[in-house]
Amino acid sequence: MKIELTINGERREADVWEGESLLFTLREHLGLPGSKNACEQGECGSCSVLLDGRLVCACLVLAAQADGHEVVTVEGLGEDGQLHRVQQAFVDAGAVQCGFCTPGLVVATAALLERSPEPTDDEIREALSGNLCRCTGYQKIFDAVRAAAGATS
Amino acid sequence: MAVTEKAAGAYIGSPVLRKEDQKLLTGQSRYIDDLTLPGMVWASVVRSPFAHATIKSVDVSKAREAEGFVAAFTGADLADDWAATLPCVWLVTEDTKQPMHRPLATDKARYQGDGVAVVLAETRAQAKDAAELVEVDYDPLPAVIDPEEALADGAPILHEEFGTNHCFTWRLEGGDVDGVFGSAPVTVKERYRQQRLIPNAIEPRGVIAQYLPAQDEYTLWSATQIPHILRFWLAIVLGVPEARLRVVAPDVGGGFGSKLNVYAEEALSLALAKRVGRPVKWTEERSEGYLATIHGRDHWQEMEYAADEDGKIRGVRARLVVGLGAYLQLVTAGTPILGGWLYGGPYDVEAYSLEVVGAFTTATPTDAYRGAGRPEATYLIERTVDALARKLDMDPVEIRRKNFIREFPKTLASGLTIDSGDFEGALDRALEMVGYDAVRREQEERRQRGDTKQLGIGLSTYTEMCGLAPSRILGAILYAAGGWDAATIRCLPTGSVQVFIGTSPHGQGHVTTFSQIVADRLGVSIDQVEVIHGDTSAMQLGLDTYGSRSLAVGGVALWNAAEKVIEKARGIVAHKLEVSPDDLSYDGGRFTVAGTDKAMAVQDAALHAFTAHDLPDGMEPGLEATFVYDPPNFSWPGGAHIAVVEVDTETGAVDLRRYIAVDEIGNVINPMVVDGQVHGGVTQGIAQALWEEAIYDDDGNLTTGSMISYLVPSAAETIDYELDRVNAPSPTNPLGVKGVGETGTIASTAAVMNAVVDALSPYGVTDVEMPAKPERVWRAIQEGGAS
Repeated sequence: MKIELTINGERREADVWEGESLLFTLREHLGLPGSKNACEQGECGSCSVLLDGRLVCACLVLAAQADGHEVVTVEGLGEDGQLHRVQQAFVDAGAVQCGFCTPGLVVATAALLERSPEPTDDEIREALSGNLCRCTGYQKIFDAVRAAAGATS
Repeated sequence: MAVTEKAAGAYIGSPVLRKEDQKLLTGQSRYIDDLTLPGMVWASVVRSPFAHATIKSVDVSKAREAEGFVAAFTGADLADDWAATLPCVWLVTEDTKQPMHRPLATDKARYQGDGVAVVLAETRAQAKDAAELVEVDYDPLPAVIDPEEALADGAPILHEEFGTNHCFTWRLEGGDVDGVFGSAPVTVKERYRQQRLIPNAIEPRGVIAQYLPAQDEYTLWSATQIPHILRFWLAIVLGVPEARLRVVAPDVGGGFGSKLNVYAEEALSLALAKRVGRPVKWTEERSEGYLATIHGRDHWQEMEYAADEDGKIRGVRARLVVGLGAYLQLVTAGTPILGGWLYGGPYDVEAYSLEVVGAFTTATPTDAYRGAGRPEATYLIERTVDALARKLDMDPVEIRRKNFIREFPKTLASGLTIDSGDFEGALDRALEMVGYDAVRREQEERRQRGDTKQLGIGLSTYTEMCGLAPSRILGAILYAAGGWDAATIRCLPTGSVQVFIGTSPHGQGHVTTFSQIVADRLGVSIDQVEVIHGDTSAMQLGLDTYGSRSLAVGGVALWNAAEKVIEKARGIVAHKLEVSPDDLSYDGGRFTVAGTDKAMAVQDAALHAFTAHDLPDGMEPGLEATFVYDPPNFSWPGGAHIAVVEVDTETGAVDLRRYIAVDEIGNVINPMVVDGQVHGGVTQGIAQALWEEAIYDDDGNLTTGSMISYLVPSAAETIDYELDRVNAPSPTNPLGVKGVGETGTIASTAAVMNAVVDALSPYGVTDVEMPAKPERVWRAIQEGGAS
């Protein structure tokens, strides 16, 4: 089936199988491999994207469900070749190690700061609890989120 | 404060921001799953649902009808494709039993997930659908999961040719063990369980294999920690010349030991690419990986201390029974032995005895998981030291102080020599940070008032050996490879510096830290240094990344390669400036002659070396050097960690309140990267103590088969840790470095469990089996001393 959606501000079309996940469509049909496939069970958050501004696991959303909607992936966060402030905060805090969970965490953080510009630590913990990272123990990710929040306020 | 640009000579020791991050943060990284080759087909492995079963027949005829089907092969179809078994690099005794391990089983399946057939199709989904149509007729056999049960009479035998599940018994003894135990006024004996763990690198494993018949050339792209080791072993398994095989590790998303292996799918994909004449890709599903990627730990541990009345430990006697799983993967047999010299801990122990027994079980093979043998050792030592302290009514701090090794170098009763350390300094600092007396007071107050939230304080003072490893020692302990590593520095004529390393990062930040080393030593900007890794065609020499070895071996090779570059440049500069090489000083990237204005930058020397218009007679053009470094000793990090937990005595819930880690890891190249390694390592060790456990049922089914049932900690579980370091630089290498990749995991499990037991000591509890889930803790409280 044909779907039409807005991805990172751009109108895109794709010819997809009815049972195909949005993650597969992004990665395999639309040339956007930034969202990662690490569990395909909605447990790790590595494929987190924004669907009409809401944080979702792209592995659990059918491509067909995104027809007519707006999707933002990690590739679409920065503007004019500049890192998004969340991405920059991750660099500055040393919050990246192997990088596989990183796109999902960056998107989840951006979504958090969008709805709660000055989150408490408990809010941060809750907001990021769907994104598993095995390398960092989350401490420098917390530093990054706090710094990115500070940069807006 | 983060640093982006430093004066030459000031990079080492600074928190330089990572050069790797831009691509990783913007979706421009290239992991296996992001790579595609023209004409590529996908593989799906048909896996045994039974833990132990005779394979009576495998019928692929229905799969052939499936949409997109390309080819299907059974284990029997491919049996002649293998020139050798999948390897085990360390058969730890002369009589260690190594079963034949083909990429696909032919006669029996020996664990749930053992591959029995493979199907190729045009897409990943088609390959999986077709694989589900393969009909395998199994005759199920009894399973055995517990290693002690596997060794008992009447246990189901995995490998009939051995007539037993016993794989090896490894022994090490030093000092007068019988004498010390015979005369000791105090002994204490403990028994603990190291549960099975699933490593859970967030990137699943995956491979792409290509075969080009015109050149008879194989290329394997693999999510691996060990491209060089993999190339060597796959050449042997496939019976092809090593020179015809290139292995590439692209961006790799974490390993923790789980990608330190030679896996069935790596061999399979190469064989299949040749058979079907198309590139073959396979990526692991998460639940598939829980079965098909190695697990960690799985020990029964026993330890006995012989001590004086004042708490001085004189002898240690330990015995481990290790569940190896169904086959010997690359380091399955050796993993427990990696802790084999360390069961004395950081304590001055005169008599040492260790016996390690390995048993085959109908489970996924165990192998190196972050720390590999050393977390197990530290856990047993530190839990038993606390047991001794309880018996003697001593404070856990006091008993440790009584026993620390203080003079270095120190040759252990187990035979190895610790070159440096500062165990007491680390403990002093950790106690200061936690405010030990105040925390003990609060604990006492809560006990006095019968608070339902009891406080526990747990110490873990540890030493470990890493920087693997001196090749001569590896040879002496029957390890089939060396422990050196290599680096090449090539100064290009336009001023940039290419660095080729033999280690293969997957999250550790080598590109940044190794750039810091080169930038400092050569006196160039860090932006002029490019680090290339993970491709056997770019760097032939290397033994890859595991065992906290990359800096302590590969980083030292790089430092020494820089020395060679400087020495060659010195000859060029002396010639050009018409001075004696001995008159040249080198600093900040420039050669100068004292008392004159004569000077030349190393990059100008590189240009002269390239044009070769005017080099000293007989000198080779080009400014480049390779150094292969074989460490003369292991490196010896150590430290003191303290956990403070609150246990809800009504529910059994354990709440980690504080965690202090003071590590002694030698000189630090990049403190930001080091802190990240400690954070991640500590988290994995805490997770073993409190949350993680791979559980099999009696039939050998893995019941924790997904991230839903196996608790990988999220941000909701973790806390912020308090870190510091003391330093006793390694005298063994010129950088004074030791290694930090595993210290957190090695230390933290014992600290947390000692804290849990400490909290419950008023209830007579002396042990809680890991992970200390609320139910177990609650039961321990109810049963008191009987737990």
